[in-house]
Parts: sequence; structure tokens; C-alpha cells
Amino acid sequence: MTEQAAARAIGPAAGEAGPKPAPGPEEVIRRVLADLPRHRGVVVDSPPGAGKSTLVVRAAAHIAGTGEPLMIVAQTNEQVDDLVGRLCERHPHLTVGRLSASGYVAPRRVLELPGVTVGTRVQDLGDPDIVIATADKWAWIAGRTWPWAIVDEAYQMRSDKLLRIAGLFDRALFVGDPGQLDPFSIVDGDRWSGLSWDPLQSAVSVLLRHNPDLPVHRLPVSWRLPASAAPVVSRAFYPFTGFRSGTGPGERRLELATGGMGTVHDRALEEAARSGWALLELPNRHTVRTDGEAVQAVAQLAARLLQRGAVAGSEQGERPVTADRIAVGAAHRDQVAAIRNAGLPPEITVDTANRLQGREYDVTIVLHPLSGRRDATAFHLESGRLCVLASRHRHACVVVARAGIAELLDAHPSAEPVQLGVPVKFPDGWEANQSVLDHLAAHRV
Amino acid sequence: MSLLTSLARLRALDEGIAQPIATVRHCHLSARPMVFVPLKLSGEAAAPLAAVLGTDRDRPHLLVVTQPRNRDLRFAWAAELAGVLLPYVEGFLSDTETVERRNADPYERALDAPQLLVPNTAGIAFTRLLGRSTRFRRPDGPYPVPETVPLLGRWLTYFGERAAFPGSSLMLAATEELGRHWASGQSGLEDANLAALLGWITEGPADDAEDPLIWPPAGPATDPGFDAEVLAPAIESGSAERITEALRTQLEPTWRLMWQAVDLLAGLPEGASVAQRWEQDRGSFSGMAAQIAEGAPPQARRDGAVAAASRLARMERAQAAYEVQRAYDDPLVMAEYRLTGEAFAGEVVETDPAHAEGEGRSRKLRPLVVVKTDDPVRLAPGTALGTPQRRGQGAELVSAGDGLVTIKITKGMGRGRTPTPGAVPEVGERVCYSSLTDDFQGSATLPEAEATPWTHGGPPSAYVPTDDDAQEEWS
Repeated sequence: MTEQAAARAIGPAAGEAGPKPAPGPEEVIRRVLADLPRHRGVVVDSPPGAGKSTLVVRAAAHIAGTGEPLMIVAQTNEQVDDLVGRLCERHPHLTVGRLSASGYVAPRRVLELPGVTVGTRVQDLGDPDIVIATADKWAWIAGRTWPWAIVDEAYQMRSDKLLRIAGLFDRALFVGDPGQLDPFSIVDGDRWSGLSWDPLQSAVSVLLRHNPDLPVHRLPVSWRLPASAAPVVSRAFYPFTGFRSGTGPGERRLELATGGMGTVHDRALEEAARSGWALLELPNRHTVRTDGEAVQAVAQLAARLLQRGAVAGSEQGERPVTADRIAVGAAHRDQVAAIRNAGLPPEITVDTANRLQGREYDVTIVLHPLSGRRDATAFHLESGRLCVLASRHRHACVVVARAGIAELLDAHPSAEPVQLGVPVKFPDGWEANQSVLDHLAAHRV
Repeated sequence: MSLLTSLARLRALDEGIAQPIATVRHCHLSARPMVFVPLKLSGEAAAPLAAVLGTDRDRPHLLVVTQPRNRDLRFAWAAELAGVLLPYVEGFLSDTETVERRNADPYERALDAPQLLVPNTAGIAFTRLLGRSTRFRRPDGPYPVPETVPLLGRWLTYFGERAAFPGSSLMLAATEELGRHWASGQSGLEDANLAALLGWITEGPADDAEDPLIWPPAGPATDPGFDAEVLAPAIESGSAERITEALRTQLEPTWRLMWQAVDLLAGLPEGASVAQRWEQDRGSFSGMAAQIAEGAPPQARRDGAVAAASRLARMERAQAAYEVQRAYDDPLVMAEYRLTGEAFAGEVVETDPAHAEGEGRSRKLRPLVVVKTDDPVRLAPGTALGTPQRRGQGAELVSAGDGLVTIKITKGMGRGRTPTPGAVPEVGERVCYSSLTDDFQGSATLPEAEATPWTHGGPPSAYVPTDDDAQEEWS
């Protein structure tokens, strides 16, 4: 299809509204949709909870509305299933083909949806409006191309994955959160650092280095983070672009139905209910990764939160904070396993930062990545890790940490070697950690 | 650093001697390794000064550049190096075996392969740089070099790149390999000093290791005191003999240390998976030799987009396999995983070998085994497990709690109604199960380099060798 034909098919050309200082979310979405036919790729940066999935669903329906086939790429099976669910809910008339690996068992919520076919080969799906799969699955597909693609969570996708699938589409919309965790590898990738196609860089970095003229849009409003959290997260992790919360101060409330007993855990919960943040500080000590006391503290906080019958009030109405609305986050898998073994109700999500990406809860309890450590390595300082952990909640976030993190940070300034040809990345993890810690200090229990 | 290694380091400090952190050797050790100790001129990135090398500890070859600032002499030195190294490398090419492959033609694989041993990782980096400075040179045109020099450069580049490949033993750094098998009571940085690390392993720490007059640096950098007081006057004197003798004093002690390191590693029994990884090394070596024989151009200075992704996929797979194999080969490495709850060991207290799931045609044999363990098990029900005692067997965790773990065997117990004898552990047997398993999915194919997509800069321009290739961007 030619550029002009694509423009006609997609709808009215935008741009008549001149550049305004801070366009609203609707305006951004309109501009994104208008840019789609004009460029080979369009990038949309989305801070936590800024309606990224909504944008994906709208853009998908918009493209499908032109009658042209569309492929959607997500990174994990959960993300794919979530998207399938949202697409069918919002646009029941669309037919969706869900490609999966042979070992994958689709959950019932996907199988029950009308208009959804699940298969391991494109041929098995019939000819749906939209075909959706993980990047890993797409890499095995060959022999057909799609005029349009939407790549979701594109900042979490390694560029070598994009290399495997980029031949499948002509034009693409890349959507993702630049503040979250960068993709990683178990091997040392220094030999490629500085190359514009460094396979360890994110798909978006590589795309933009080769196509610097592609438009980049930003969603300006976080609908998830409350007014207490958006400025903190924005300042620490999105220092140059920034975003604001969709709700004002006081619009999100967290109430504890029963009275407390004055323990530290109760006081931490009360502080979090009141202000949206709490730091439960344990005595300074160097510990092993699965710090028993910290694990206990996390487990007790979660248990007390349920016992005290927390109720969340928001623009969506009042509802009790049930176990499935609570998440516990940590940096390492063994910490996650230790916390799970501490006897939490199974409905509470306990996971690493990597796996909590893209998820949303009412209340989160976070074991600080630097708690009890003797050193601050690049892994623990990575700004994305803390950003994910500190931006999953709609109401409140309780951080558990040993004292002394500020001193630890001061003793370990970032000392990573500077690689030639690598664009400097902001924000700096060290500084972001300091910024969050600084804010938490005011909510210490 | 893992918990067990930290403990071993503390214990080493306490007892004044390095502690073993492996029970078997995890690298292949050639019967005839080429020990290579290069020195470079200080202040230069890749100006060779001297090297001692050889496969016989009693007959080292000492090669010296008498005026390292003279490029003609440098490349003459490279030709001398090629004269020792290339016959060694090519000597492994004649004895081969034919390997059948699925979906591909059979190929010839060398029965044994060369092995380069350098003192430290800086030695590997220098080898790679030396390869880079020589492989693009030409025997004709302006500034010609001896014919063997570009070929040497390609082999040095190959060894240097292979050293970064997880689990490969074609080129090893002595300090790295010793550090993988022993924990000293000093820091990781100090472990990079071969003399100091060997001191910890053999007799305990000694101040001698830090004294450049007793143990000169193991290269490629030289001792500044030696540079100023001995080397500079010798070079100024112009006497080749004096320069050679001066450099011999710097290289000879390291030469002895290298063979001491070889003996130490040879004293450890070889891990069960080492031969398998060495087989891959042999295949890779034969592939490289075939490329040279076919007249392929020298290795590119940088990986293209497709080449980089392809190399990354191979390296990640090798790294994952290497970690699993190390743990399966060595109970001390597995202990790390037992500590983090990813593995557990214990005694079998109950079995149900005839247990089956499903009815009729879909009836599947799933023997149950209950293991009593003191390890903290942090595995979720349904986790796939493997065991070093029965490689190739697959199991699944059913439940864990109160020191008892129930697993069901899902693979490798025979197809009949009852398991093959020996497939299910007996009551009283000590077993170890881990979530580390050797099943890896192959990665999807990459596009051809000519089909590099627009997201990655489009197809690269074809490589045409020119005389400018040998030029470096000096800064």
C-alpha cells in the first residue's frame, strides 16, 4: 500500500492542532493514530499505568477497522492473554487468532471468548482480523507478512528478538515503558556495546538509532498511580519527560476497618493508608539475600493488611482489598521463594520485579533491593528494578528495608566503565535510588 | 559471589591456605597445551615486546622484539611467533573423524585440538588485539608482511573470541581456571596475580608475590621499575643479547608458574561433561580450519546485526548448558543450588514404582519417589526436575514440606507398565534433584545478513577487502 492510500485508509490526517505544551491523553492518542500511516514506525512511551493497554486496544481496533490484517507482538503469554481479553471485551466484533507454542495451555478465560481461535500455526487460525502471539512465537513464523504490527512492551524486548520478527511486518507501532527494566542476558555483551544494533539493547533503542526521524509520543497521565505516588515516581525515574496522576489528592483512599495494636507492622500500614507510602525500617545489618527478619516482616505486613480489612476507595467506587489485590515484590527469585514459604495466602502475588512488570494492584509490599546488602551492584542499582517495584500500586506501597541504605549508596557511587558510542541513559540508578529513599524517609516507621 | 564461595574465602583467610570450591576439573586440559606468555611495550595497546611459548616445559621458545617501536621488527616477530604457533595448530588437522549430522552433510572433526594457555585475562585481551593488528595485513602491496602473519592473526583472533565462549577450553587464562577451582583469602582483583593466587593454593600467602624482583608481573604489562631501570638502558645500548637476557628474567618465572598451574589443574579428575564440551571445541576448531582452507576473508572487525544476534544466541545457550553441566558434574557446585533452594539432596524413604496416571490408552507410568531432605526446598509444585544420578531422566515436583519431598518421574524410566530396573531409586539411596535441566529450546532462525530489516539498519554493504583494512582509527 502506498503512503497516501494508507493515510486515507486510516482516517483523517492530524496535525492541524499545533504543538501544545502538554497535550492531554486523548490528544496524544489522536496524534499517534494520525501518525501511523505517515511513518514506518511510531513509538509511544508510556509511564506506569498510563493507559498503554488501552492505547494498544484502540490502535488495534483502528487498524482492524480499515480491513487490513494486523499482528500484535507481546512479550509473555500472560500479556498476550490479557490483551486478547481486553480486545474481545472492548471490540467483540473483531476476530482474534492467538498463536501459541505447542506446550502452552490457554487459560479458560481465553478459550471461552467468542471470536478467538487458538492455534500453533497461522494456517490453523482461519483468517482473523488480528493475530497475536509472543515475540518468541512470532520468531518461528515465516512465509507471510502483515501490513501492520503493534509491538507491546517494546522496551522490555531485546533487539535481537525484533531482528527475528521485523521481516514479518511493513509498519509498526511500538508501545512500552522506558522506565522499566532493561532486557538482559546471562552472557557478557561488552563486545557489542556501542554498536547501533547491539543485540542486548531494547528493541526501541535499536529502532530509533537506525531510524532517528520516527515520531516518539508520550502518554502524559498515569491512571494507576495515586496523586501521592505519581510525583515521586516521575521525579525519580522520568526526570525529563515527567507525567502526572489522573486522580487528584484525596481521590484515592485506603481505610483500615479494624483498629491496630500499635505494632510496627500496624503503624506501617496506618502510615501507608494515610500517605500512600511507608518505610518499615529494620535495624542495620548485613544479611544473606533471603534475610529471615525482612521476609518475616513482609509476610506479617501482608497478613495484617488482610486481617485489618482494608477498603480501597477510588473513582471506581469502594471495594475491599482482597488478597488478589495485593502484591509482594522482591529483587531475586530466592527472596520470592522465601517469602512465599513464609505462609502467605496463595492469592497474594509474590514475584520478582521482572515478572511484576505491567501488573497492577491496590497495595504493594516491597522488599527493597538494597536491604541488608554490603555492596550496591549494577543489578541492584538498576533504576528500572526500583521503578517497577514502586509503581505497581493504585493506593499504597509499603517498603521493607534495613537501615543504612543511604550510607550504602554513598559508599558505592556508580562506577561502571563508560563505553564509547553508547548513548547515555537516564535516569541514573544511583540517583533514582537516592530520590526514592529521600521521599521514603518522611514515611519511616 | 555465592554464599559458599564467600564462606570458602573466609575459611581460606582463617586457615591461611586456599580452599577447594570444586571436586572435579571443569575445563579440558590438553596433553600438549601451548603455554603462551606475551609481554607488551608499556604505553602501547598492542606493541609486542616479547613472548615465551612452547609445549615442553624444558624447552621454551623466547621471542623478542629488540626495538618495539619499529613496526618492521614487530611484524618480523609476529612471523617468528607464527613459525612456532602455526605448526602446532596445523598439527591437529590431519587426524579427523567423520561426524554425521541431521539435515546436513557429514563433516570432518579433528580428533584433538590445540589449547592455548595464557597467565591471565589481560593475556587473552592482548592475544585478541595482536590478532586484530595482524589479520588484515597482506603479504603484498604497501607495507607487506611475511605470508604467515595474516594467518597467525586469524588464528589468534579465533582463540581470543573462543575464550569468551562459555565452557570452551581452546584458550584458557590460568588465573581464571585456578579461581574456578580454588577460593583464596584475597580479593578477586588480587586473584588476577598468578604468583599470588598460586601462593595461596600451594603454600599460603607470601609477600614475595607482590615483589616484582622475585615474581615479575605475569604480563602482558611489565613492571615499571624494570622498564625504567633495565629495559630502557638495554634498548638504548642496542645490544640484542642484552635486551633478550633482560626480558628472559621477566618471563622465566611466569613460565614456571604456568606449568605449576597446569600441574595443579591436571591433579583434579576431569568432570563428566568436559569431554562433551571439548568435542564442541574440536568441531569449532575444524570449522575454523575449513573456513581458512576455503579462502574466507578474515574475521570482521565488528559483528553485523545478524552475526551479533546469532553469536549471542549461541553464547547464551552455551552459558546455560555450562552452568547445568558444572552443577551436575560436581556436588560442590550443586551445593550452591541446594543453598538457594533450587536443588535438594537426601535419602529416598518411600517409592511407588508402579504408580500411573490416566486410564486405558492414556495411562502413563509416573513412579513416585519420596525424598527426606534437610535442604530448604524453594520449588513450586509442577517444577521440572533433573538429577545428576540419572542424567536424561525427567521428574516433576509433586509436593514439598516438613523435610519430605514427593516427586514423580516423567521421563527416562522405560515405556512398559513397570519401570526399567534401576530407573527408580531404591529406598535408602541418596539422591539429588534440581530444577536445573539441560533441555533447551533451539532458537528461531535469523534472517540472512542480506535481509537485515529496516529496524536494524537494512542490509549491510558487502565486504570488499582493501589495503585500508589494516588501518586503525588511532586516537
